[in-house]
Amino acid sequence: MPSITHPIGADAAEGGGGAPSRRHFLYLGTAAMGAAGLGAAAWPFIDSMNPASDTLALATIEVNIASVQPGQMIVAAWQGKPVFIRRRTPEEIKAAQDVDITTLRDAEADSARVQKPEWLILIGVCTHLGCVPMFDGNALHLGDGGFGGWFCSCHGSQFDTAGRIRKGPAPRNLSVPRYVFLSEAVIKIG
Amino acid sequence: MVHDSKFTNPVIKWIDTRLPIFTLLQREYLEFQMPRNVNYLWASGALATLALVMLMVTGILLSMQYTANTTMAFASVEHIMRDVNYGWLLRDLHANLSSFFFAAIYVHMARGIYYGSYQNPRELLWLIGALIFLLMVMTGFLGYVLPWGQMSFWAATVITNLFSAFPVVGDPIVTWLWGGFSVDNPTLNRFYTLHFMLPFVLLAVVILHVAALHSVGSNNPLGIDPRGPDETVPFHPYVTIKDLFACCVFLLVVAAFVFFAPTYWGHPDNFIPANPMVTPSHIVPEWYYLWLYAILRGIPDKLGGTVAMFGAVLVLFVIPWLDTAKVRSLKFRPRARVCFWLMIIDIVVLSFCGARSPEGVWVLLARVGTGYYFVYFLILMPLLGRFETPRPMPASILESLKKAAGVAVLATAAGALTLGFAGVAQAEEVALPSHTWHQAGPFGTIDQKQAKRGFQVYQEVCSHCHALTLVPFRALAGIGFTEDQIKEIAAQWPYQVDDEPNDEGKVLKRAPRPYDRIVGPFANDKEAGAVMGGLLPPDLSVITKARHGGEDYIAALLTGYQESAPAGFKLIDGRFYNEYFPGHQIGMPQMLQDDSVSYADGTKATAEQEAEDVAVFLSFVADPTQDERKHLGLRVMLFLLVLTGLMYGCKRAVWHDLH
Ligand code: FES
Repeated sequence: MPSITHPIGADAAEGGGGAPSRRHFLYLGTAAMGAAGLGAAAWPFIDSMNPASDTLALATIEVNIASVQPGQMIVAAWQGKPVFIRRRTPEEIKAAQDVDITTLRDAEADSARVQKPEWLILIGVCTHLGCVPMFDGNALHLGDGGFGGWFCSCHGSQFDTAGRIRKGPAPRNLSVPRYVFLSEAVIKIG
Repeated sequence: MVHDSKFTNPVIKWIDTRLPIFTLLQREYLEFQMPRNVNYLWASGALATLALVMLMVTGILLSMQYTANTTMAFASVEHIMRDVNYGWLLRDLHANLSSFFFAAIYVHMARGIYYGSYQNPRELLWLIGALIFLLMVMTGFLGYVLPWGQMSFWAATVITNLFSAFPVVGDPIVTWLWGGFSVDNPTLNRFYTLHFMLPFVLLAVVILHVAALHSVGSNNPLGIDPRGPDETVPFHPYVTIKDLFACCVFLLVVAAFVFFAPTYWGHPDNFIPANPMVTPSHIVPEWYYLWLYAILRGIPDKLGGTVAMFGAVLVLFVIPWLDTAKVRSLKFRPRARVCFWLMIIDIVVLSFCGARSPEGVWVLLARVGTGYYFVYFLILMPLLGRFETPRPMPASILESLKKAAGVAVLATAAGALTLGFAGVAQAEEVALPSHTWHQAGPFGTIDQKQAKRGFQVYQEVCSHCHALTLVPFRALAGIGFTEDQIKEIAAQWPYQVDDEPNDEGKVLKRAPRPYDRIVGPFANDKEAGAVMGGLLPPDLSVITKARHGGEDYIAALLTGYQESAPAGFKLIDGRFYNEYFPGHQIGMPQMLQDDSVSYADGTKATAEQEAEDVAVFLSFVADPTQDERKHLGLRVMLFLLVLTGLMYGCKRAVWHDLH
């Protein structure tokens, strides 16, 4: 029974057409080159499913935040995801700063998560499995044992006033997107 | 009963004992016996399979980006060409492969007829093959509709209307096909679904075709059955290596078109978005349908033409019973052979007829051609089989191996004929003054300096009437503008785009940003018509592809004005005489004069220079990936050349001891 990887004729025909080793080398070289070609040809096909240049061109948005009052939040759409832009109240800021970060699952100081303490900017996607958490100041009120931040109704993750995971299955804090304050009133996200 | 697997590898053995798939592959693809005298025409099946697989892979990826909606389909195809990573490659491969799939199948069918491969016991094999062809014709047509250009739309209209020729049931069938009262969004949607689905049916039928082939065995150029194992070779490596070599050559040809002439087989009118109100002056199908189209038009009767066209395909299904000959191969039937070649020439002539307007001599030729096509199959085939005395046949394949010439002749003839169709696609040409474009040829690249000057001309002159709605400002980076320059150009653009609804829900206008499209002054065609006195300045995004002659035409048109029309020419009021505009009556006055712009780089701004520059810019916007395409193409060609050479070496080494 011939092996299924080896040309039947190749070993049967060791008489001419070059020495068997030379022939073997030719077969191997050709097969290697063909395989390399196939591999290289696969890339354009795979890459076509990556974000197209028009999608990438929309990678930044500018948001006007002039009208947002303390204790209010606006939601901007960025790359198809909600971005929470919350103007925090002094109590929220204080609560966020006072936490002993060694007790946190994903230890991060509040100062590392904001550029200006008043403005908390988060990607509104739960780090568990991607639902959008709700801001729920009432049920989880600071002082009532709650964390004063977001609650993800999918599987019950709770985030504090800095968007850090405090309770529930989510492994990480809500992410902070890249952003810059273009002016007092306008931020650029992305 | 447990299958007793002969494989030694334990994993393979485990699977094979339970599902003898390896035994099957071994038997059908390694040990399967092929007559040893099969020639390269027997590779056409492998080539067609390769084309089908590549069409399906590219097609599935394209379907992830395409939008089957009449308002978005055209733009979504351009989005694929411009924005999707390697989208141009997927699309150009898909569009060109359809041509080469048909080419391979036509060679395959001609081979079958020439060598009598449909005769007993291969009738069913042939029938399944004919079904494959029918499915291909349908699938190809459905796919042609999807880009939703003018040719797509009118092909859909004309072909679906064929069914209206049938009395009583015709009109309800057409309405049913359309899902409306004309070709419209429901039609496009269902065509997309069917175009996606049919290839899988096709693939299933191909598998049946191969199964049928493997139970009756391959025919061969002599048409006599091999007598024993000394007249056959195992499929692997003898036939696989030949097929692989043929595949390499095939890919070389496909790559040459895909990378260096991707629109060669297409038609400029299909770069004009579908317009149900205007039919192009000259509509033609893709080259591989031209002969059928000529048969349709050859019969001066609606029902007759339709029946003849369907009949021309259906007659293929009964060939096994039309041919009464006892000898398979036309090698031994000189008269039948002459008739066969006349039929091949007939198809080429019909194709030329199909490409021309049905006037004068072309009508006559089409009728004669149609006549001969049916005479060949319905009369000559049965009669010749009965009355022609075949030449003496060799007793065995081995005996005739010594004098195996003629094969090459047939192969080259078939190849030449296939290429002959290439000429058909490029039927008429307008005489245009030709320029030497820096972007021309396989090594040409866009001259960025010139394209930038061209952008200046567009910006200062053309943009006041013509938009580039498929082109975002950011695309200008492709001719060397920096990010900041592009921001500046967009922000200063005189025409605005709709902003997101503001807090009061009002949609206000704002200056464009780099990711916005290059907008023109008119919100829609109605506004353009109202402002321009009924004229519609065409969008220029793909204009060099949408006009015969491309850049040459643009440059010629912009400078082709004459003070007054030649004596006897009736110029409509408000129109201008232009030598190169079809019909010579153009609504646009001569816009480019000497010094219409002043170039920063010191180039003298003659009208000719401006026209040339803007043509280069428009060539860039119509085909922004052209430099990348050719660059990749050269590397691919080089690779394929080496691989083809190596493959040929392998083929010689494998076959060495048999010869
Ligand atoms: S997705 Fe938010 S808790 Fe599971």
